Amino acid sequence: MAAPFDLNDDGVVVIIGTGAGGGVLANELAQRGVSVVALEAGGRYLPEDYINDEWDSFGQLAWTDPRTTSGDWRVARDFSGLPAWIVKAVGGTTTHWAGASIRFQPHEWKAATTYGRVQGANLLDWPIDDAEMAPWYELAETKLGVTRTGGREGLPGNNNFKVFEAGARALGYQEVHTGRMAINSSDYDGRPPCQQTGFCFQGCKWGAKWSAAYTDIPRGEATGNLEVRENAHVARILHDDRGLVTGVEYFDRDGNLQFQRARIVAVAGNSFESPRLLLNSASSMFPDGLANSSGQVGRNYMRHVTGSVYGVFDKPVKMWRGTTMAGIIQDEARHDPSRGFVAGYELETLALGLPFMAAFLDPGGWGREFTTALDSYENMAGMWIVGEDMPQETNRVTLNHDVTDRFGLPVANVHFSDHPNDIAMRNHAYARGQAIYDAVGATRTLPTPPYPSTHNLGTNRMSEHARDGVVNRWGQTHDIANLFVSDGSVFTTGAAENPTLTIVALAIRQADHIAREMSAGNL
Amino acid sequence: MSKPQTSRGLTRRQLLARASAAGAFVLGAGFVAAPDAAWAIETTHLDPETFATLVQMARDIYPHDHVADEYYVIAVRGYDSAEQAEAITAGIQALDAAARGRGFPSYLGTGWERDRVDILRAMEESPFFQQIRGGLVTGLYNQKEVWPLFGYEGESYSQGGYLYRGFDDITWL
Repeated sequence: MAAPFDLNDDGVVVIIGTGAGGGVLANELAQRGVSVVALEAGGRYLPEDYINDEWDSFGQLAWTDPRTTSGDWRVARDFSGLPAWIVKAVGGTTTHWAGASIRFQPHEWKAATTYGRVQGANLLDWPIDDAEMAPWYELAETKLGVTRTGGREGLPGNNNFKVFEAGARALGYQEVHTGRMAINSSDYDGRPPCQQTGFCFQGCKWGAKWSAAYTDIPRGEATGNLEVRENAHVARILHDDRGLVTGVEYFDRDGNLQFQRARIVAVAGNSFESPRLLLNSASSMFPDGLANSSGQVGRNYMRHVTGSVYGVFDKPVKMWRGTTMAGIIQDEARHDPSRGFVAGYELETLALGLPFMAAFLDPGGWGREFTTALDSYENMAGMWIVGEDMPQETNRVTLNHDVTDRFGLPVANVHFSDHPNDIAMRNHAYARGQAIYDAVGATRTLPTPPYPSTHNLGTNRMSEHARDGVVNRWGQTHDIANLFVSDGSVFTTGAAENPTLTIVALAIRQADHIAREMSAGNL
Repeated sequence: MSKPQTSRGLTRRQLLARASAAGAFVLGAGFVAAPDAAWAIETTHLDPETFATLVQMARDIYPHDHVADEYYVIAVRGYDSAEQAEAITAGIQALDAAARGRGFPSYLGTGWERDRVDILRAMEESPFFQQIRGGLVTGLYNQKEVWPLFGYEGESYSQGGYLYRGFDDITWL
């Protein structure tokens, strides 16, 4: 049967969310002949729709449905209703992401073994490793057209990179380059090269950056095996008395409740919405929520040790010109406890426009300490810290029954507090970032607090044993054979790398597994 | 963080039009004008002294000496509304009372920015201060007319990006 599919068609795989996980899974299954209905809460926006204006684009793309926050992270104070800056649209956050595409380091698949016991951390080894993931990473890099892999050239360095690179070299850093980016350096896969426009975060109007919105999604649809339903807000996953899922209840674009039957359900709504959906699907058989026999659904929320450093110089930099994040220093990504913390961090170039710089430089800040920094906006260079944070059971997504969305469903509360290891790592990174800019003559450096999260991980973590996590090595829930999780929420630990490449690699691998098991009659 | 609110109920362009259309430099019933007549605006719900104090407060929160008053006026012009007037008036009255408590005739009657900043610091946790400060983050810095004053160039797609227009033109390194 070809798309569109009937609500009563119980042979389809229903995927909830169409981002790096769900969007890729949908296309990869469709390419393998599997019938797929993808339910996307947002609308469809393509390059001609994207807006090169920070606030207008935020209004167009960002997920601004209510969420609440708690914990001692500063986001809970400054942006209490906005724990994350992620996207509600077909293609999900692949419209917004910066394009940084780096593999985990081999040891990062085995964090518990490598780092040993860390007080207060809920570390666990992934049930998969570097050797197993290598071929899937290669497929992901080919799909995304990642620069500096597969013979593809690196991007040219912009002004912001040149300052960053000069400082890094002065300090003796060796692994410094314009990144492995899912942004074309030359024509690739029918998409043009980067035109150095800036506004990578607002959706690439050239289509030079890979996004599921204009690659995997339309390609899946072209097979006739994929139907994407936009503005479809999933409320609940239902199951039968055998404990297998039977389909998904969702509110359609008109607010009417629909029920789509399913052979398999894959949840890919990101690390907030995926656990929220499993918890909101609680039933008499599963009173603590679906797939939650371990009690780990929603727990171990990770967001990377982040923060930014801006350097002010006596001459112009114009950091906003060109690719936003094409610049990386990898020397600090190693695990080296002599620095006073376990795990490591990457430093990557970053630029914000004036409107977002005003909002994020020092939220709540005012007066001349704040405004004299902005006065030098043209002379600023910027970098972002991406480090591995410690999973903690108490950092978690729960249902807030006091706050409901427009459909009356309890919203996600996101509780987060830094682990001492996170704080030690961030302080180390701040000092190194400031030293980098000082080495090229900065007159002032600004260690800037973390923004609302963009890397949202954990909350349905992968584990060898059912007691330790929510899904197995395939992203299949330990408890329910035909229920899968397909997004960054399956991350057992966060590693130091931007997560999208790994989410994509896991989704391709999961599609291969699901299609094979369906053919074999096991699913 | 809320969606951008350059103004409440008016677009930035409408505000600009209003601000310039009000240009008869009458300081009196319903009108506020800059001493150098660089801007003038007709208030409909706030009394002129209150509005002038609000503009000064906005500048003291986010002081940029190279940014003219008119941009601060635009940033706070939306508070001159039937819904906001009472709360804003009360907030400004509290500001003036705090100034008098420190021996000044009014908030505007202080001589140095430092004295006004001291008054603001003492009330920075108040909902009134936070409302004004929070509104300015977008009200001031999201005005496209302000961006060039900071060197920010805004969108570049319509000009083909910076690939051939200086994305890597730094020379001083």
